Amino acid sequence: MSDKVNNKPSEWPLWEVFIRSKAGLDHKHVGSLHAVDAQMAIENARDVYTRRMEGVSIWVVDSRFVHASNPDDAEAFYEPANDKVYRHPTFYNLPDELKHM
Amino acid sequence: MDTLAKHFEEKINNEVTIEAKDWLPDNYRKTLIRQISQHAHSEIVGMLPEGNWITRAPSLRRKAVLLAKVQDEAGHGLYLYSAAETLGISRDEMMDQLHTGKAKYSSIFNYPTISWADMGAIGWLVDGAAIMNQVPLCRTSYGPYARAMVRVCKEESFHQRQGFEIMLTLSNGSEVQRKMAQDALNRWWWPSIMMFGPPDDNSPHTAQSVRWRIKRFTNDELRQKFVDIGVEQAKILGLEVPDKDLKWNEERGHYDFGVINWDEFWNVVKGNGPCNKQRVETRKKAWDEGKWVRDAATAYAEKRKARAAESTMKAA
Ligand SMILES: [Fe+2]
Ligand SMILES: [Fe+2]
Repeated sequence: MSDKVNNKPSEWPLWEVFIRSKAGLDHKHVGSLHAVDAQMAIENARDVYTRRMEGVSIWVVDSRFVHASNPDDAEAFYEPANDKVYRHPTFYNLPDELKHM
Repeated sequence: MDTLAKHFEEKINNEVTIEAKDWLPDNYRKTLIRQISQHAHSEIVGMLPEGNWITRAPSLRRKAVLLAKVQDEAGHGLYLYSAAETLGISRDEMMDQLHTGKAKYSSIFNYPTISWADMGAIGWLVDGAAIMNQVPLCRTSYGPYARAMVRVCKEESFHQRQGFEIMLTLSNGSEVQRKMAQDALNRWWWPSIMMFGPPDDNSPHTAQSVRWRIKRFTNDELRQKFVDIGVEQAKILGLEVPDKDLKWNEERGHYDFGVINWDEFWNVVKGNGPCNKQRVETRKKAWDEGKWVRDAATAYAEKRKARAAESTMKAA
């Protein structure tokens, strides 16, 4: 994903491409490309990113509309979850005889 | 060293992937832009020598395969241009650098493709050398580059196999066909082993690039590996590698090979190879003559937008 959208004015906008690889799975970011509008972006994404049946569905998002968290804030942002191991099932010590839990 | 630089160094040392929004040292950014854009240009210019044979492929099967391969190379160029763009250079700037000769591409594509057997030799040797260069880059430190390389490498392996199959068919064919295959090997062997770049003692940036993990092996290491593998593969074809100094070295566990003509290499890099001018001119022509297509697409998108607005208004 491009975080700097530094197109020259003459350049077509940049689109982020997301592909669902098969029915039932999430769309996943695969890369980006330039296209004049959403329809062309989807057509180009078909040619650039699904030449070997990599997908059954394509999303394109104008890169300008992607907002991202700041890597410099990573510590403050994610660390609070660090000491909350009780949010995981393995935190609880239960007898082995206990079944179906 | 300030905290940002220290943080970056820590990530590099701990094999943590660097992402576009992270703070990057200027030199890391510059080196990557140069390396990735050069790589992208090589994929794009690399379509030309093979494109030369699409209409003259000897069978429909060969034609379909060659088309698919060349189309893949276009895709590789696009993945890589996008990766470079995350570093703050625009696509237009990169195009400009290619067209003005400011940016380089792999010298191998400045050699002509004069017979069908060249399609075999290119797939086998040139894509083979490219794969050897690219596989380690799947673990390169810069995330967008590494992810592009994973995609590229997945697609490359058929390229080499189809090339080897062409060579195999020719070398098992008529006397004329066998000679064609040998001639192609004679012409492509040396330029292919030059693809790994100048020898380590003449490659001043290698140490820094290895440290930054934008290069994972040195030029000479990769070249040796390529020679060792290539010589064995040539045996299967029953063809002779054009190097009279080629000899298995028991002690090293590698093949010794002859002296590379680095004058030829630098001469081609400087623009004096057999096809340098033609390649850049072809790309420029495609860009200039494609302008009306880009303009038309822009105009059509405007129209489509206006029509959509109109029909929403009517509906309302
Ligand atoms: Fe490629
Ligand atoms: Fe290839």
